[in-house]
Amino acid sequence: MKQKRKAVCRVLSQTEMAPGIFDMQIETDLGAQALAGQFVMVYPKAESTLLPRPISICEAEDTKLRIVYRVAGKGTEEFSGYGPGDQIALMGPLGNGFPLLEADGKRAVLLGGGIGIPPLLQLAKSLPGRQTILAGYRDHRLFLKEDLEKAGDFYAATEDGSAGIRGNVLDALKEYRPDAEILYACGPMPMLRAVKAYAQEREIPAYLSLEERMACGVGACLGCVCTTVKRDGHSHVNNARICTEGPVFEAGEVDI
Amino acid sequence: MKKTEVSIAGVTFKNPVMTASGTFGSGMEYSEFVDLNRLGAVVTKGVASTPWPGNPTPRIAEVYGGMLNAIGLQNPGIDVFLQRDLPFLAQYDTRVIVNVCGKTMEEYVAVVERLGESRADLLEINVSCPNVKEGAIAFGQNADALYAITAEIKKKARQPVVMKLSPNVTDITEMARAAEAAGADAISLINTLTGMKIDIQRRTFALANKTGGLSGPAIRPIAVRMVYQCAQAVKIPIIGMGGITCGDDAVEFLMAGATAVGVGAASFSNPCAAAEVLDGIEDYMERNNVEDIHEIIGCVH
Repeated sequence: MKQKRKAVCRVLSQTEMAPGIFDMQIETDLGAQALAGQFVMVYPKAESTLLPRPISICEAEDTKLRIVYRVAGKGTEEFSGYGPGDQIALMGPLGNGFPLLEADGKRAVLLGGGIGIPPLLQLAKSLPGRQTILAGYRDHRLFLKEDLEKAGDFYAATEDGSAGIRGNVLDALKEYRPDAEILYACGPMPMLRAVKAYAQEREIPAYLSLEERMACGVGACLGCVCTTVKRDGHSHVNNARICTEGPVFEAGEVDI
Repeated sequence: MKKTEVSIAGVTFKNPVMTASGTFGSGMEYSEFVDLNRLGAVVTKGVASTPWPGNPTPRIAEVYGGMLNAIGLQNPGIDVFLQRDLPFLAQYDTRVIVNVCGKTMEEYVAVVERLGESRADLLEINVSCPNVKEGAIAFGQNADALYAITAEIKKKARQPVVMKLSPNVTDITEMARAAEAAGADAISLINTLTGMKIDIQRRTFALANKTGGLSGPAIRPIAVRMVYQCAQAVKIPIIGMGGITCGDDAVEFLMAGATAVGVGAASFSNPCAAAEVLDGIEDYMERNNVEDIHEIIGCVH
């Protein structure tokens, strides 16, 4: 039922939530079976662009998919110009997603940094009970704040101190000291490294969603690997495909 | 029914459409999108005598009309390949061409010998990967070295041997002639062109390996030209590839003298590309009253 496929879908709406951060709703059943933390490949139309763009799923319903992404180059620039009724080509759902059962009976804390925040929404909605969500932003434009407040106890940090506490999501973690028994995190690599160190110090599990340049998105090209502590079962070297074995890894599995 | 069957070194292919090595794994991942039974052949990712970890990331960078890759021939080694990947492909009614890589002559030969008893139909010898420091392209940029490794592999190989040539040479026909003279049964070309992209925001290379292999539509005219030149220079069959995205692109290669074509990076922008290239060739034949694909192979010269 979770088989991935490619489909041409229709944009329902798109808004700019913060400078360069776009919120797109897409009419599709592609995400009907999607798990929190999975992603889709979005195919630009411009012929000069060869590769699809991996974008995390922010929210998935039976007939609707929501992506929140940052304009980072030619492809996402093109997507940001789409309006209601425009066609958009997607493949998905891809990757493994966040493991939910591991949080059973544990107090989970969700950590997001920048454009790593969006997948936390589906995750917060998928986990039982109410979680603590810590999100690190650049400034006071706290995109997805209202949605995240509905899904959990939300705390923000901003780099410029214009909202929440000043600093990054790790500073928020140290400031608010939530009594975490399991961590889920998505964000830039320095943040993920810090989350890993924090979790190891406290001997709690942490699931990290990694990012890498991808070409195929389905595990064929071996472009998006990360270094693993143990030999990977598929590759037979200390490398796992982020698009297929990931993007979510337990912190102790990966050498980041 | 149009005739699309072609033959290379006595092996028949139901049609000339193959995958290009390194872009299609061993077929498993893309089998959800492409009916492998439709393809003339699946050409597998390069396999070495032992597992190779490949290069650090980033390994991929998009460029105008194409992409750079510096995977560095990550592969699980011949043992896993024989136990897992070849049996998977055996379920399908398609030919299998196994791409072989190595750091030394001995490593190439070891893999070729292991494949001797396997169901591989042809062996494609990778002497043209620009992303590894030892072996590979070192054998493919010097005609004498190419002759030597081809002759050595031909002595040990139980299957017909296809030498995959690098475009990163002054005269590709010199390499084609060396391969032919050493007994190669066919040649395939082109592998990627060495390129570089600089990330101007980070003031560093876009790829951890600094350089990478350029593929995609951007390289197609170079590939067509080189296939044409080689077709004039040697008599052995040519498998042509480089930026093929649709049937019309493939027809260009066939007309330039390729007996078969490889679909590579196009699978990334369209996971069904290989099957659609075949549809496009059949459509071209229909529209132009071509009864047999051989009517167009090498028709431009």
